Amino acid sequence: MDKALFEYVLRLGDDSLILGHRLSEWCGHGPVLEEDIALTNIALDLIGQTNLLLDYAAKLENKGKTADDLAFLRFDKEYKNVLLVEQPNGDFGMTIMRQFLFDAYRVPLFSSLLKSKDETLAGIAEKSLKEAKYHLKHSSEWVIRLGDGTEESHRRIQDSLDSLWRYSSELFYADEIDAELIDRGVAPSQDDLRSEWQKTVNSVLLEATLTTPSNNWKFEGGRKGLHSEHLGYILAELQYMQRAYPNMEW
Amino acid sequence: MVNKNDIWNYLAEVADPEIPVLSVLDLGVIRAIEITEDGVLVTITPTYSGCPAMKRIEDDIIEKLQEKGIKNVKVNLVLSPAWTTDWISEEGRNKLREYGIAPPENEPDKSVLFADPVVVPCPKCGSRNTRMISQFGSTACKAHYQCNDCLEPYDYFKCLK
Repeated sequence: MDKALFEYVLRLGDDSLILGHRLSEWCGHGPVLEEDIALTNIALDLIGQTNLLLDYAAKLENKGKTADDLAFLRFDKEYKNVLLVEQPNGDFGMTIMRQFLFDAYRVPLFSSLLKSKDETLAGIAEKSLKEAKYHLKHSSEWVIRLGDGTEESHRRIQDSLDSLWRYSSELFYADEIDAELIDRGVAPSQDDLRSEWQKTVNSVLLEATLTTPSNNWKFEGGRKGLHSEHLGYILAELQYMQRAYPNMEW
Repeated sequence: MVNKNDIWNYLAEVADPEIPVLSVLDLGVIRAIEITEDGVLVTITPTYSGCPAMKRIEDDIIEKLQEKGIKNVKVNLVLSPAWTTDWISEEGRNKLREYGIAPPENEPDKSVLFADPVVVPCPKCGSRNTRMISQFGSTACKAHYQCNDCLEPYDYFKCLK
């Protein structure tokens, strides 16, 4: 088994899965109908990407598992998503800020993966990039609208930025897996992604009249399977059906 | 023995499950047809990675070709090159408009961050005085617009490049 590639694909797949699930929690609860539909549409794209990524991970693992087995039957420490995506939805501003910080990373990630020497990953990136760009337009426009909006919307989106900022550095977490894949021409350098991300974030926050938090606290652990308490609750709901009725389908 | 042309003609009878005025050919998701030793291999590409209609399209293709007497039908899914709304046929665009859905405008996607305001003419009265209500609509592939003149709310088949 190509252990490094398996782990890498799992990380990307779990980011999509957990954020897709989080967004789906908005279904029927959006602040307005249009945004209810928007958030669930984005969730659908993310779950679609999850299916492609986890299907590929299952093939790489070569133990006869499916994408569903990986999504529904692992334990919390086997999930490799970043902590950012498992953070609670909070208010609409919190959800939008979490989405923006993530989208601003996903667009350069998929753009770079187009050139990956791994053809399957490049194909998934080609498909997902178009969706990620659309998501970024949506989330960045909302960050600007809320930031440069009323006093209350400004205060609340700034609060969201302040509380989520500590999770943003983990998007660029790099260990021996990344090093090996960068060497092999499969994955892009995290430093390059970070500088692209920084450019997008700077320009949007500036236009949104928001202040970049000055603290440099880093909350990390997800890439190694060490999660915040929130993931357990997500999995309890996500996995309930498969755990209670093994192998059920509908 | 069937030939490829027959298969293309049969597939013209398979409708998109979400937008039934379009056939899977109009939609541009059929990438290749191959006659194999023991049957037919149809290669398709998804519109959106999470589009729930893809599985249904796959089943419908198999069902249609079996109905036409082809026993062994396989459907293969490819991701690259990724689907774009440019692949929707001219006929498909006309059918969409008649159905009340504005077809994708050939908008240049220069900006990564901000959508250039795109003029999407009203499919009902043809007015160009329209506005976007939401970037997202009833399915993954649509956005929501309204005509400022005749007030018709309508779906826009958003441009994906």
